Amino acid sequence: MRYQLIGVNHKSAPLEVRERLAIPESRLPDTCRDLTAHPGIEEGMIISTCNRVEVVTHTSNGTADLRGFLHQHFHLKAEDLDPHLYEFREKDAVRHVFRVASSLDSMVVGEAQILGQVKEAYATARAVGSVRGQLDQLFTRAFAVAKRVRSETAVGSSSVSIASVAVELAKKIFGSLQGKNVFIVGAGKMSELAARHLMAHGCATIFVANRTYDRAIGLARKFDGQAIKFDDLYDNCDRADIVITSTGAPHAIFRREHGEQFLARRKNRPMFFIDIAVPRDVSPEMAKLDGIFAYDIDDLQQAVSSHVADRSKEAELAEAIIASEVEKFETRFEARLHTLDVVPTIVSLQDHLETIRQTEIDRVRGRMGPLTPEQELAVEALTRGIINKVMHTPVTTLKTAAREAEATTLIDVVRRLFNLHDKEKGPASQAGNKEKPNKKDVELSN
Amino acid sequence: MALLWLRFALACYFIGLIYAFFALTRTSDLFSRIALHAASLGMVFHFVSLVELFLSGHVVWTSVHNGESLLAFFSMTFFMIIYAIYQTTSPGVVVFPIVFFLTFVAAIDQQPVLLTAFVQHKGWLIAHIILIFTGYAALVLSFGASLLYLLQERRLKAKKPSSLISFLPALEVIDQIGYRSLLLGFPFMTLGLITGSVVAMSTYGYVDFKDPKILLSILMWAVYMVMVVTRWSSGWRGRRAAVLATCAFVAAIVAWAANYFSTIHRIAAS
Repeated sequence: MRYQLIGVNHKSAPLEVRERLAIPESRLPDTCRDLTAHPGIEEGMIISTCNRVEVVTHTSNGTADLRGFLHQHFHLKAEDLDPHLYEFREKDAVRHVFRVASSLDSMVVGEAQILGQVKEAYATARAVGSVRGQLDQLFTRAFAVAKRVRSETAVGSSSVSIASVAVELAKKIFGSLQGKNVFIVGAGKMSELAARHLMAHGCATIFVANRTYDRAIGLARKFDGQAIKFDDLYDNCDRADIVITSTGAPHAIFRREHGEQFLARRKNRPMFFIDIAVPRDVSPEMAKLDGIFAYDIDDLQQAVSSHVADRSKEAELAEAIIASEVEKFETRFEARLHTLDVVPTIVSLQDHLETIRQTEIDRVRGRMGPLTPEQELAVEALTRGIINKVMHTPVTTLKTAAREAEATTLIDVVRRLFNLHDKEKGPASQAGNKEKPNKKDVELSN
Repeated sequence: MALLWLRFALACYFIGLIYAFFALTRTSDLFSRIALHAASLGMVFHFVSLVELFLSGHVVWTSVHNGESLLAFFSMTFFMIIYAIYQTTSPGVVVFPIVFFLTFVAAIDQQPVLLTAFVQHKGWLIAHIILIFTGYAALVLSFGASLLYLLQERRLKAKKPSSLISFLPALEVIDQIGYRSLLLGFPFMTLGLITGSVVAMSTYGYVDFKDPKILLSILMWAVYMVMVVTRWSSGWRGRRAAVLATCAFVAAIVAWAANYFSTIHRIAAS
């Protein structure tokens, strides 16, 4: 298992650092390509969310310079970045990936969103070809583990989402939310979720502004709200009591002068900004204004920390599941490695018998004369059936023996019995490459 | 006998005082209920004490200590009205200590009566006292609310969920309590000053604007008015509102203290 993982998350790095590492969705494919072009990295994918940026790789020797990749790619100095990085290898990397996918490493433990984000990152990396056999296996398993954790523990069921924390905070400011207006800036999934919660608690009108106006219209329609052109944002923002902002803007879009304008127009009635964007949309200077209450993603984490404690028991149970799954994964991985030792022999055996079958059919066909399509099919089925039956016991025995010491002897015996030496030098020998098994290998090993 | 009832009331308010300090460090529904019941019982004793004073046949309201007792009672009444509307005991954090202090001073002993029978318009005098004390009580509430607003604002800005003062109601609720108290108190205070002037005019034939009591009362009223106007026009809240409320409150205390060296309010002693 030459898995290597490096990254920062909400616990290891402040928002200022995470902001600098955040990779917009549009740049993710290129970054994945750059990653696999880095020396020593065979496969790689990047998970970039507002709470974490993680590089997961499978390397050629287990010691790829992932820090070097980060320094180079983000143009950051080692002293600025390194104190915030964590790095995991092999089994620890597997455990970490399982924990992330199962939402045990999340800001809000048990929230379901992270699994979707990891799946998206996986799909992106797969599409550009930077995820293949090894990472594919790891993440397929991670998704299954996440599902198991969700179904077997109550970690997810009592999850306190960012959205419900936002509602709680809004109530601390406004008391009742009846009649309050909400402004969504940047039509993301998380904003939509938060807005839905706020509406459920009695908020009156929703305004939506998005750089792509059509998306704003689409989202506004869902809530019976009003779409606002992004250029008119500052003229309309003060109409809302609660602003949920999550744009992908590289700099703060709400600055001190905007806050002052809003407050003047609102006669100093307070405004609550839920800033779930990374980098932040609300400048810290604006957040200092009396009457402006701005909570960024880190502040929300603090707000939920008490709830996290409530679920520690369930989290313990989930951790136990993760631990057993890591062990299982490791065992399977090793088994698969051993299976790969017997795979060339099995493939050779298959090829050998297939050749015999074809030769025999051709020989007999001359004597039988032309056959109807139905007869062709019947002969094909008959001969394949015989081959499969003959193959079944040797293949099963070989695969079972793969984990035992006798495997080498058995491989040798089979090769000698069927005279497979010459065949192995053929196409089947390629399957001997453990790092890049062909499709047939994978099927067999499963 | 009135003094005895007042001392019973004081004992009940003492529980409220303990609650006020307790509430600053932790939240307890049980304790807040106990404090509320104790305060209600205290008000009953307090009311009995005031009624007995009234029935004694003298206009003894005008003694400084009885005045303090009346102000404490009005403040508690406001507190209870707010509790009935908003279901929150948090203004008690400010109101209880003030009420306790006022009642404590009033319950020490009975001071000589300041204003005597030669005031010609007793009706105006009683109106003056009740109006001005209602205004004071509203001011106490408004001051308390502005302090609580500051606390809650700081807490929300500090973004610490497990902060000590988690009992506070929502920011806008505190704001409403303060604003409504302010609006309610202002006409009472204004009318109280007008009736006071009428009493002075009828007694002396003039109002001495150089008298410290009169000057400070006008100053307090001016600050009060600035508070109402700034709030009305530009919605001042938070720090600025708290500064103004503190100024008005300090002016009110000084105006109250001026009773001890004012020539007009000391006519009874002269």
